[in-house]
Amino acid sequence: MESLQKTIDKLSPLERKIAPFLNLPVKEIKEKSGLDNTSLLRALKFLESKGLIKTNTEKKRIIALGTNGIYYKKNHLPERSLLILIENRKVIPLEEAKKISKLSENEFKVSLGILKSKAMIELKNGKIFLTASKEEITKKTLEEQLIESLPLEESKLQPEQQFALQNLKKRKDIVEIEEKTTTAINLTDSGKQIAGKRIESHLIEEVTPEVIKNWKRGNKFRRYDLNSNAPVLYGGKKHFVNKAIEKGKRIWLDMGFKEMSSTITQTSFWNFDALFTAQDHPVRELQDTFFLKDLKGNLPEKKLVDEVKKTHEQGVDKSKGWQYSWDEEESKRVVLRTHTTCLSAKTLASLDVKKDLPAKFFSIGKCFRNETVDWSHGFEFYQTEGIVVDKNLSLRNLLGYLKEFYKKMGFEKVRFAPGYFPYTEPSVEINVFHPEKKVWIELGGAGIFRPEITIPLLGTKVPVLAWGQGFDRIITDHYQIKDLREMYSNDLSDLRKKQVWMK
Amino acid sequence: MSNVKFDKKEFEKEVKLTDEIIEKIPLFGTPLEKITEDEIEIEIFPNRPDILSLQGYLRSFKAFLGKETGLKKYKTQKPDKEYKVKIDSSVKSVRPFTACAIVKNLQLSDEKIKELIDLQEKLHITIGRNRQKIAIGIYPLEKISLPIRYEARNPKEIKFIPLGETNVMDGNQILSKHPTGRDYAHLLQEKSIFPVFVDSKDNILSMPPIINSNDTGKVSVETKEVFIECSGFHLETIQKTLNIIVTTLAEMGGKICQMSLDYSDKKLITPDLSSEKIKISLENVNSLLGLNLKEAEVQKLLSRMGHDYKNKSVEIAPWRTDILHEVDLIEDIAIAHGYEKLIPEMPSVSTIGEESLKAKIKSEIAEILTGLGLTEISAYHLIKKQEAELNNLQDALELENSKTEYKYLRPNLLTPALRILSENKDNEYPQEIFEIGTVFTTEKRNKCETRVQENQNLAILLTPSNITKIKQILDYLTKSIGLQYKIEELNDPLSIEGRTASIIIGGKPIGRMGELHPETLRSWGIKMPISYLEISLEQLTPSWNQPEKD
Repeated sequence: MESLQKTIDKLSPLERKIAPFLNLPVKEIKEKSGLDNTSLLRALKFLESKGLIKTNTEKKRIIALGTNGIYYKKNHLPERSLLILIENRKVIPLEEAKKISKLSENEFKVSLGILKSKAMIELKNGKIFLTASKEEITKKTLEEQLIESLPLEESKLQPEQQFALQNLKKRKDIVEIEEKTTTAINLTDSGKQIAGKRIESHLIEEVTPEVIKNWKRGNKFRRYDLNSNAPVLYGGKKHFVNKAIEKGKRIWLDMGFKEMSSTITQTSFWNFDALFTAQDHPVRELQDTFFLKDLKGNLPEKKLVDEVKKTHEQGVDKSKGWQYSWDEEESKRVVLRTHTTCLSAKTLASLDVKKDLPAKFFSIGKCFRNETVDWSHGFEFYQTEGIVVDKNLSLRNLLGYLKEFYKKMGFEKVRFAPGYFPYTEPSVEINVFHPEKKVWIELGGAGIFRPEITIPLLGTKVPVLAWGQGFDRIITDHYQIKDLREMYSNDLSDLRKKQVWMK
Repeated sequence: MSNVKFDKKEFEKEVKLTDEIIEKIPLFGTPLEKITEDEIEIEIFPNRPDILSLQGYLRSFKAFLGKETGLKKYKTQKPDKEYKVKIDSSVKSVRPFTACAIVKNLQLSDEKIKELIDLQEKLHITIGRNRQKIAIGIYPLEKISLPIRYEARNPKEIKFIPLGETNVMDGNQILSKHPTGRDYAHLLQEKSIFPVFVDSKDNILSMPPIINSNDTGKVSVETKEVFIECSGFHLETIQKTLNIIVTTLAEMGGKICQMSLDYSDKKLITPDLSSEKIKISLENVNSLLGLNLKEAEVQKLLSRMGHDYKNKSVEIAPWRTDILHEVDLIEDIAIAHGYEKLIPEMPSVSTIGEESLKAKIKSEIAEILTGLGLTEISAYHLIKKQEAELNNLQDALELENSKTEYKYLRPNLLTPALRILSENKDNEYPQEIFEIGTVFTTEKRNKCETRVQENQNLAILLTPSNITKIKQILDYLTKSIGLQYKIEELNDPLSIEGRTASIIIGGKPIGRMGELHPETLRSWGIKMPISYLEISLEQLTPSWNQPEKD
C-alpha cells in the first residue's frame, strides 16, 4: 500500500474536484461539483482504481409509458372506447362501429380481437353483440391498471402486471423500457481520510512551454497513475500473410537464391506441357483447374514447342514418353497457374547452360485450384518454389537445401518419404515435426526434374533440384489460424491486432 | 490420387503389421492414411496402378521387405483353339484396341468378388481416365460361347439387357436412360457406331466403355472361369492393365490362359507377360542419388523393388506402367535403399541471392504507406458476378466452371477492397487500407485475338474521408519517389462529379482518385464516406519496366 500522501499527490484535477463531496450520494456529488455525467463517472473510476472508493453499479429496467401510452392514459385504451360504444347500442353493425368509434384501422382490429378474446362481445352476420355483464364492463382491465401505475421497475412487477405488460408490449408504443444505471459509492478506509476535504494543490499538471519557461526550484509535479490504461492506438501494418512471405523470401535470399517472378495467368504449355504432364492427366480437367473462358495464349518459339511435343509423343533420351498425339491447341489454353513450378520451367528455358550455371532460383507465389471454400480448403494458396541447377547435384543435396530452409523457418526435424509428381524422379514428400504440437506436418513435394523436362528446356541433361511446397500451412501454423478462410478475411480488427513474426 | 482400403486380416496373413512394418509403409512410397481394427487405408500414387489390389500391393511390399524378391514370373497357358477374339476393322474409328484373357481355376468368395470389382473401378478411374482411355469387362466364361468378336455397330442394332435392367434396350436408349449409360454417355455420344463384344451365338456381352449385358456380365461365387477384356486407345497401356488384372487373379489362385487376337493387320497373343529391359548405368545411379553403391548392392536393391538386374540391364515386370526412363529405376533404388537413410547434404554451390526488382519496389511502397498508418489488406484475386456488376466491370475475365460464386478475375483492386470495407462495417473507424496486387484486363490484339493483360496496381481507400486526405497521401507518395503528377478532371459514374480525377505522370494517365458517390456506397451497403485512389505501378515507377538483370 503506498502512502496516503502519494495517493493524494496522484489525484487529478477532476478527482480533486469531487473529493470534498465524496460523503454525499452520487446525485449530489454531481450537482455540487458541476461535472457532467461522463467526467463524473471517469473521476469515480479513477478513485476506485486508486483504492479510495468502491463503486456499485446497478442496472434497472424501468417500464414507462410510450407516446401512445401517454395518450391512452389521458383518454381511454381503444378497446375501452369501443366497449363504451357497444355498451350504449348493445348490437351494432361492424362497419358502423368502425365509423363511429373514430379508431384507426389497426386500433379497431386490435380492440375487436381483445374484446372477443375476453368474451365480452360476439360477432355474428357482420354485427357486434354485447355479451359482457355490467359488472364486467365497469371493472378495469389489467392493462388499464398497469398503465395507471407506470412507471415501475421491471423486476418488481406482480405476476398479473407481468401478464399485462406482455400484452401491451405487443402493441405499438404503449410501453417503453428504459435502462437506467445507478451508481452508488462506498468509501474505503483511505477514502474516508480524504472525503469531505478540500484538497488544495500546487502540483503541476502537464509540462508546457510555459512551465519550462517559468520553472522554479521547488516546483512539484502531480504524480501520474502509471497503471491506468492508455487509449488504444493502432499503427499501420503490412498484411500478416505478406510478412510471412517476406520472412520466407529472406531465407532463400540469405541462401543465395535469386527471385523468379511471372504472371498468374499462364498457358497450359508452361503450367503442364513443359512439365511433362500428359494432356489427358486429370489435373488438366475443369474440375481441378481454373481455365479462362474463350482465351488462347501464345506459345514460345517453335523449336521449344516441337521439343516438348516430341517428348510427350515419343520421349527423349531413351524415355518412352507418353505415346499419344500431342495437341498444340490444348497447350494454348490459359489457366490460373496451379503451381509456381511453371515459373521454374520458364526460368530453365531462359538459361544458357554454358554461361549461367550454377544457378539457384526461388519464388513464393499465389497459386489457384478450382475448389470450394471451407475451413481447410480454398481456391487460392501460396507455394514456395525453388530450383538449383548445376552439374553433379544429387538427391541428397536436394534434401540438404530443404532441411536447411525449414530449419531456418523453425522446424528442426524434417523427414522425407518417396512421393510422386509427373515432372520429378526421384520424388520426395516432406514432413516437418512441429516442436510444440509434437506432430508431423505434411508440406508437399520436391524432386529432381525428369530428363523429359530438362532436355527440352535446357537443351541438355543437367540435374535440376526442384521443390514446390504449400506455404499456407506454415503461415496458419505460425499465426495459430484454425480456419484457412481467416487468411483472406481481412477483418481489420484482426489485422490491427496481429502479432509480428519475431522469430 | 487414390486411397485403397485393405482387409487387415487378409493383409496380416502375409505381412504382420508390427510397429516396424507400419513405419515402412510410407517409406515404400505409399503414405499410410489410417489403420482401424479391421482395415488398413493406404494412398496409392497414380503411377502405380499395379499395387491398387491387395494381391498386387503385397507382391511388391513383400519384396521391399526382402521376402520373395526379384521379378515374379507367372505361368501362362498357350491359347486353346477356341480362345480367339476377332477384331473387326469397324472399331478403328471408335475404340480401336482390345487385349483379352481367360483365367481358370478360380474360387471366388463374395469378398474376393468385391475386391475384384474394386480393382476394376480403381483402374477405370486412374489409368483408365474414367473409362475414356481404358475400360475393363469381366465375364463368367460358362455363359459365353467362344470365339468372340469385337466390332462396332449402329447403336439401333445393338440390343441387349444391360446390367441391372429387365428389358432389352438399344445403344441409344442405354446412353439416354440407363444410369451408368448417362454417366458415361459423353464417351460415345458423337460416334455413329458403338463398339460391342459379341460371342459366337451372337449374344452381346457388352458395349464398352459403358456397360455389360445382364445375362453374361455378372461374376458370382459359382464362377470358376472368366473372360476378361480391356478396350481403349493405347494398346500398350491396355495390355499392361490386363496384366495387372490377370496377375492379381493368379495371386488368388487362378490359372492364366492366353487368347489369340486377330486384328485386321496383325495377330497378337495376350496377355503377354514377357518382361521388358531397360539399360541402367551405375554411375548415373550414384551421381543422381549422391551415394556410392556397388553393382551387387544395386542388383539387390532392384530385386527388392521386384526387378531383375543383369549385365547393366534391368528386367521390368510387365505390369509396371511407370518405368519410362532410367531415372524411374533410380528412384526405385532410392526407395529400396530407404529415404530415411539418405543423409541430407548441402553442396557448395556458390551463387548470389537477389530479390526481384518488382518485389523491391512493392515492398518500398508498402513501407511508405504503413508509415502513414495505413493497414495493408490482401484480397482474393477473384470477384463475384454481382460485384463486377456493381462496379460496371463488363469486361472482367470469366473463369470456366468455377465451383464457388467467385467467377471473375479482378480487373481492379477497388472492387475487392470495397467488399472488404463493407464486411468491416462493425469495426473501429477510421479505416485506412491499401493493397498492392495483380489485376487482370483484356487486351484486344485484333478482331479475334484477345490476350490477358496483368498489371500490378496500388489501391488506397480511406473512410471516413474526402478527396483532400487522399491527395495528401498521393503527394507524399509521389514526392517520396521523386515524381510529379498532374490532375485532370474525370467523369466516373461510381464517383462524385467534380471530385474525381485522372492522375497523370509523364503525360500518361496512371490511375484515378475520387470520392465515391453515395449511390455507389449504398449499393455496397456502406454507410461511411470513402475517398480512394488506384494507380498502376508499372507507370508509377520508371524503373519498373527495366529488364531484370540475370
